[in-house]
Amino acid sequence: MSEKNEGKAAELRELYRELILEHARSPRHFGKLKDATHSAEGINPLCGDKLKMYFRILKNGRIDAACFEGSGCAISVASASLLTDTVIGMSTADALQFFSAVISRLSGRSTTSDDADTVIDLGKIRALEGVKEFPSRIKCASLAWHALNSAIHCNDQTVSTE
Amino acid sequence: MSHAAKAPNRSTEQRPIEDCRADFPVLAQTINGEPLVYLDSAASSQAPGVVIDAVAEYQRHDHANVHRGVHTLSHRATDLYESARDAVQEFIGAGRRTEIVFTRGTTESINLVAQSFCRPTLGAGDRILITHLEHHSNIVPWQIVCEQTGAELVIVPIDSSGQVDPQELIEKMDDRVRIVAIAHVSNALGSILPLTEIIQAAHDRDIPVLVDGAQAVPHLAVDVQALDVDFYAFSGHKMFAPTGIGILYAKETHLEAMPPYQGGGDMILEVRFEGTTYNELPYKFEAGTPNISGAIGLGAAARYLASMGLERIAAHENRLLAYLTRRLAAINGIRLIGTASNKASVQSFLLDDIHPHDIGTILDHQGVAIRTGHHCAMPVMDFFGIPGTARASLALYNNEEDIDRLIAALAKTQEIFA
Repeated sequence: MSEKNEGKAAELRELYRELILEHARSPRHFGKLKDATHSAEGINPLCGDKLKMYFRILKNGRIDAACFEGSGCAISVASASLLTDTVIGMSTADALQFFSAVISRLSGRSTTSDDADTVIDLGKIRALEGVKEFPSRIKCASLAWHALNSAIHCNDQTVSTE
Repeated sequence: MSHAAKAPNRSTEQRPIEDCRADFPVLAQTINGEPLVYLDSAASSQAPGVVIDAVAEYQRHDHANVHRGVHTLSHRATDLYESARDAVQEFIGAGRRTEIVFTRGTTESINLVAQSFCRPTLGAGDRILITHLEHHSNIVPWQIVCEQTGAELVIVPIDSSGQVDPQELIEKMDDRVRIVAIAHVSNALGSILPLTEIIQAAHDRDIPVLVDGAQAVPHLAVDVQALDVDFYAFSGHKMFAPTGIGILYAKETHLEAMPPYQGGGDMILEVRFEGTTYNELPYKFEAGTPNISGAIGLGAAARYLASMGLERIAAHENRLLAYLTRRLAAINGIRLIGTASNKASVQSFLLDDIHPHDIGTILDHQGVAIRTGHHCAMPVMDFFGIPGTARASLALYNNEEDIDRLIAALAKTQEIFA
């Protein structure tokens, strides 16, 4: 295999890492959350990705449960699955900070003026960073995260932000 | 080939179809280090050098407003613009040049008919007949006019191959149907509708017919007089011309009876605050300064297609489509969507349970451009119970090597998702 082809193959492997493919094949927390307190739908009308995110947020602002349902590409489904794994147990304030860090790292644009976005350890979510080389797929990776942000903000009054 | 299409002998030159690939400069490039394979012409086709040059020459030497000035450039621009209309008239076999209206594209052409032809006479209880395989541009304009008038939109079903049963459509043509609006070729499925039979049955019941020809004109010889169609809409950019220009062909008697779609300059003879006299056809429907360069490009594209010969193009594409379908069908885990016996130029498919976007990204990485998603035909996707498809579409510049590259890239996709 030529050097060029190896570089290209590596880029694709970066995008479709084993962790991404595994979460796409067997998404965690897939289904409807019956006693959800917060929910939001993420739709990508151009591509047809459609994910509904459900959260159960306790009075103290802690995210107690997270689920999602819908259909989408491997990147958007894996991202939603990783999201649920990540935010369960977090406070909504931490989850929003995480959202901001994820969006800024995936798109290369900071959503806040401080540098907190680059300090947060994204953990498993780093597996999504391969989309940076694929501009048309950034919205797939960020869809579930925008839904999380919307779910928390649209129910602002009922959430204590610690 | 559609049995609706007459076979006029428009081809004078006999250049081999295979040679025409070199006419399209955009194809001579690499994408992600691989020679570009362009299999997305149903979304938008590429332009040959003669079209690019016609537009550039006009911009460089002849630009001025049309139908206005006494100066030389305005005369030249007007001549070029009007000769493009003649080229289009000849291309689709229209009887009169006054029946060729320049629009922004198929979408605007259909909206024009919905608003100017249908809306003034539609009322509650009236019906508009469309099919389940229509592009959104042949659904939403009718939904809007139904909402405005209380008319009802009636949908004719498709079968599992993606074809419309003409008998089923004809049975729905009752005395409340005011117009039948159908695709010539389905953009998502490739099915060619049996227009002659449908149009004849509609006319037997005095129902006018609009045909969305966007996917037909670059692939089939279209003769609007032989079809006896009332309205035929298509876009420049699906037939090697620029975007933002399209055509509404309409029978003169309809255009005469219709009120203008938009008001403005060029569509008037005389404007007084007491009242305005509208211009003659087709200018009554061309308000404002038109897309002059786009029209010139469209004229050049029509001449180019005619010089290659639509019959030869159709034969070339049919061979390729058969090859594409055979190679795709041989892949383990493939599901072909759109398997009608009479088809043109496109093949939609699903591969294992890999989402079409992932297929599209991995293919693009190997220089192969296809369309993925719902193809602006969400009801078709709902019918098959799928969110979208991957779609390879062909044009006269494609060859077997393109298809071999697609097949190899799909194997790579399966490898990654294995």
